[in-house]
Amino acid sequence: MTELRSSSKGRIFALFTRYYFLLRSSWPRIIEIAYWPTMQMVVWGFVSKHFAPSSPELTAGGVLISVVLIWDTLFRSHISYTLSFLEEMWSRNLGNLFVAPLRPWELMLGLACISLIRTLIGMIPAALLAIPFFGVSVFDMGLPLFAFFFNLVLTGWAMSQFVTAILIRYGLGAESLTWVLPFLIAPFSCIYYPLSTLPSWMQEIATFIPTTYVFEGMRAFLIEGVWRQDLLLQALGLNAIYLGLGMGAFLFAFRAARTHGLLLQAGE
Amino acid sequence: MKPILQTHALTKVFRGVSAVDDLAFSLEKSSITALLGGNGAGKTTTLSMLLGLLRPTSGSIYLFGQDFIKNRFTVLNRMNFSSPYVDLPQRLTVRENLLVYAKLYGVVNPTNRVEEVAASFRIGNLLNQRLRRLSSGQKTRVSLAKALINKPEFLLLDEPTASLDPDTTAWIRELLRQYRDEQGATILFASHDMREVELLCDKALLMKEGRLVEEGTPKELLEKYNRDNLEDVFLQVNRKKKKDD
Repeated sequence: MTELRSSSKGRIFALFTRYYFLLRSSWPRIIEIAYWPTMQMVVWGFVSKHFAPSSPELTAGGVLISVVLIWDTLFRSHISYTLSFLEEMWSRNLGNLFVAPLRPWELMLGLACISLIRTLIGMIPAALLAIPFFGVSVFDMGLPLFAFFFNLVLTGWAMSQFVTAILIRYGLGAESLTWVLPFLIAPFSCIYYPLSTLPSWMQEIATFIPTTYVFEGMRAFLIEGVWRQDLLLQALGLNAIYLGLGMGAFLFAFRAARTHGLLLQAGE
Repeated sequence: MKPILQTHALTKVFRGVSAVDDLAFSLEKSSITALLGGNGAGKTTTLSMLLGLLRPTSGSIYLFGQDFIKNRFTVLNRMNFSSPYVDLPQRLTVRENLLVYAKLYGVVNPTNRVEEVAASFRIGNLLNQRLRRLSSGQKTRVSLAKALINKPEFLLLDEPTASLDPDTTAWIRELLRQYRDEQGATILFASHDMREVELLCDKALLMKEGRLVEEGTPKELLEKYNRDNLEDVFLQVNRKKKKDD
């Protein structure tokens, strides 16, 4: 028999390799990952430039471009995770994956790893181009940037866990949720405006959304120069809860899919 | 010889309808067994349960002496499977696909193993081609190569020679037999090709409406039903109920 040394680390790396092969198989795909964040940055950069003289509070410290870029982090992290999972469904490969000794949580971790790489590929060129184009460098934020970035990546993964749970249970008919969900939380996230702008009932909902704390914290840092660690910790706490719930939802859906015989049929 | 697989009262019910009902059989080490049955007989449901893709409603599966329903992860790297109804990623090359699965199963020298298995299935010249560019027969060979990537001790195959020409079918049959002889592997395959079953298997299990209705070597079945070929046996068993109805 062939010598086998199966380990969680090895299987997660194998999965990561699979997504890396997929990514490198198409240059247009790599360019596309960076294309949308860059276009967002360019459009909002000009909007920011236009409003700078009349609304300095909206554009001070490059806040508008920065929040656009950081919000896109969440979108990219979510889309990258979910699309990688959808690739398995589109290619009818889930059956092969789950007869291998791959645990569901290893699949989740593998998807998270490739999502992080794809998010960085998407965000770094846009962030770098914002420097010569509009004189805004998100990197000037220093360490807080990583705290904001990391929190939004986590929120993206938590959303993806819920979406992939629905996909594994209900199939490709639920595919559109991939695109819809980030926009559902956008109004509550207070990306472009402070929390106080929202009506009170929306403010109450917003307090349950981690991204609200990230953008409040980011505005405090960029406009007032105040580092609100409390907001970041609240975001981190909520992310931990949602990631736990998301993982639970995925495992529950996976179990249901095994009960109803959906794993072999999953696909187009 | 001690069986490597034993199922007892294995049952799967979907919304009140039994897809597999009270299935009990065992497979001996180094045996090749065919799982036969008409459409809807419960073959795929049985294979899915033996692969861990489907939770049985009740009953037990013991594989390599382990309770497979409770501890499937401890034995999954000792088995593998191939089916025309499950694809490999089409955008990846053959080499990339095989490499990913070699790593997933924890093969120690994945690159060497990919070359080895590619040579066995005569797909060495296809290694750098994307899967979507291959013919369905070539894809079947890649899928079989993936199924042997970890040199499984228990191999499950769903219609292993679907889409293959007669010459390649004969060659694959010989390859599987050789694999069993060299590795001492146990093979269970579902097929509609009765000639393939006669030529390849040591034992056949016949399913109908979710139940195991016949079991034996091809020779035993031919004698019992006084027929010249398994296809006639299959037709007789399958039509028996309809007559009774």
